[in-house]
Amino acid sequence: MSPLFLFLSFVALLSALGVVLAKNPVHSVLFLILTFFTLSGHYLLLNAQFLAAVNIIVYAGAIMVLFLFVIMFLNLNEETEPHKPALAKFAAAIAGGSLLLILVAALRNVSPAGYDPNSFDSQIGMVDRLGMVLFRDYALPFELASILLLAAMVGSVMLGKRETGERNF
Amino acid sequence: MTLPALGWQGLVVLATFGISLLIATYCTYAERVIAAFLQDRVGPDRAGPFGLLQPLADAVKLFTKEEFFPAGANRALFVFGPCLAMITALMSSAVIPFGNFLQFGDTIVHLQGIEINVGMLYVFGIVSLGVYGIMIGGWASNNKFSLLGAIRAASQNISYELAMGLALIAVLMMSGTLSLREITLQQTHVGGGWHLSDIFTWNVFKQPLGFVIFIVCAFAETNRTPFDLPECETELIGGYHTEYSSMKMGLYLFAEYVNVFVATAVMSVLYFGGFNYPFQYEFLDFLTNKTSLSADWAHNIFVLMGVVAMFAKIFTGIFFFMWVRWTLPRFRYDQLMRLGWTILIPLAIFNILLTGGLITFGVIQ
Repeated sequence: MSPLFLFLSFVALLSALGVVLAKNPVHSVLFLILTFFTLSGHYLLLNAQFLAAVNIIVYAGAIMVLFLFVIMFLNLNEETEPHKPALAKFAAAIAGGSLLLILVAALRNVSPAGYDPNSFDSQIGMVDRLGMVLFRDYALPFELASILLLAAMVGSVMLGKRETGERNF
Repeated sequence: MTLPALGWQGLVVLATFGISLLIATYCTYAERVIAAFLQDRVGPDRAGPFGLLQPLADAVKLFTKEEFFPAGANRALFVFGPCLAMITALMSSAVIPFGNFLQFGDTIVHLQGIEINVGMLYVFGIVSLGVYGIMIGGWASNNKFSLLGAIRAASQNISYELAMGLALIAVLMMSGTLSLREITLQQTHVGGGWHLSDIFTWNVFKQPLGFVIFIVCAFAETNRTPFDLPECETELIGGYHTEYSSMKMGLYLFAEYVNVFVATAVMSVLYFGGFNYPFQYEFLDFLTNKTSLSADWAHNIFVLMGVVAMFAKIFTGIFFFMWVRWTLPRFRYDQLMRLGWTILIPLAIFNILLTGGLITFGVIQ
């Protein structure tokens, strides 16, 4: 394990914990952005430059900007923060804990699938190779995914639309 | 790569960093001189000959001003905002090819910070991060005008990023690569005759519509007039930097000029042939055959002329940015959104279809 990998993993875990533990939601979002950066660093270590760049553009550059946008509008602070009853917190802790238990139990004995060094293509993460694989071997799933995204987009536009008679701003 | 080569490359990175800062510094001066010229005024002329020391005087002024923290501000994020704006502005110039490579015997120095095969995506990714500095600073100021500026910056950047990305896709369809260096090298043809046809290999002639969309989006992404809604002083006082003073304010203003520099550099690489210049191969031919220079030096002078050409294109671009700023009035916010979503994005999609059609029928390759 290279020192870079250890450093990235350390920062990733720390910032992921920060997302959950930070009191201020804006801090949580910033920690989440940092987590995405460390994940992009991991992609780079795996020689997947395209995935690293797209992860930054889509998650850090677009989705998290919208998250931050919404959270800034909410103007959360400690006085107006809704307090959940103790029972709900207890139930949440039990549910989350059992999910963790199940995940650990399921993954405990799994050994990562090995790869064949003779047939492994180290350039597979490069953008041109990835494009070839996507459009040659996985053309149908790729196009289906794009239709799914289009449907989601149309759906969100429909949901965001005002009913007839309602005022548009 | 051997260590000396790595050392040379490190020098190139440092030089890129320094040049970005120097150009941003003198952009503040150029902005005032051009504004004065366009408004028939004299402009800065007190500090040094022709006022050339004005940026230094400004820096001294900014450094000696009081560092003010508004009450109720989130101090850590208040400091972090301008830092982030500056970091993201400086990061993107790393992949821009300012020239081809220099040759000293066996040592080859690429005049580009780092060559990666997703260079364009890298620039695009960093540009999309640029808005965080503004958002965080505006939010941490605990001021409603700052917050409004931050919110405006966020929605404006997201809206115009889409059109910008779609305009870039049309360039990609023609070039077939994401590497900025290779896109530059494609915009020339070796062994042209004594005519200006070198210029017509530039992408701007193959992608005129894409270029117009790209430059409009570049104005919006760098928050320059006519799209400087996030700082809009008539409605929002100073927008996201209302509460900032001293060098933290300076960093925000500086980051804007670095962004302008990077935007014009990317534009000259993508659309204006980067370090290519007309009659370049005739010039190389002249240097190798008609002068007594060694092959290495003939090549180096040819490449350095390319760097000069690249910077000439960048400076023309920066001048254009300032010209527009002092000519056009600011858009209204709903006009900005309408332009982005209902005009530029459909136009960019149409441009992709058009490019695809032209490539299919072999009109352009």
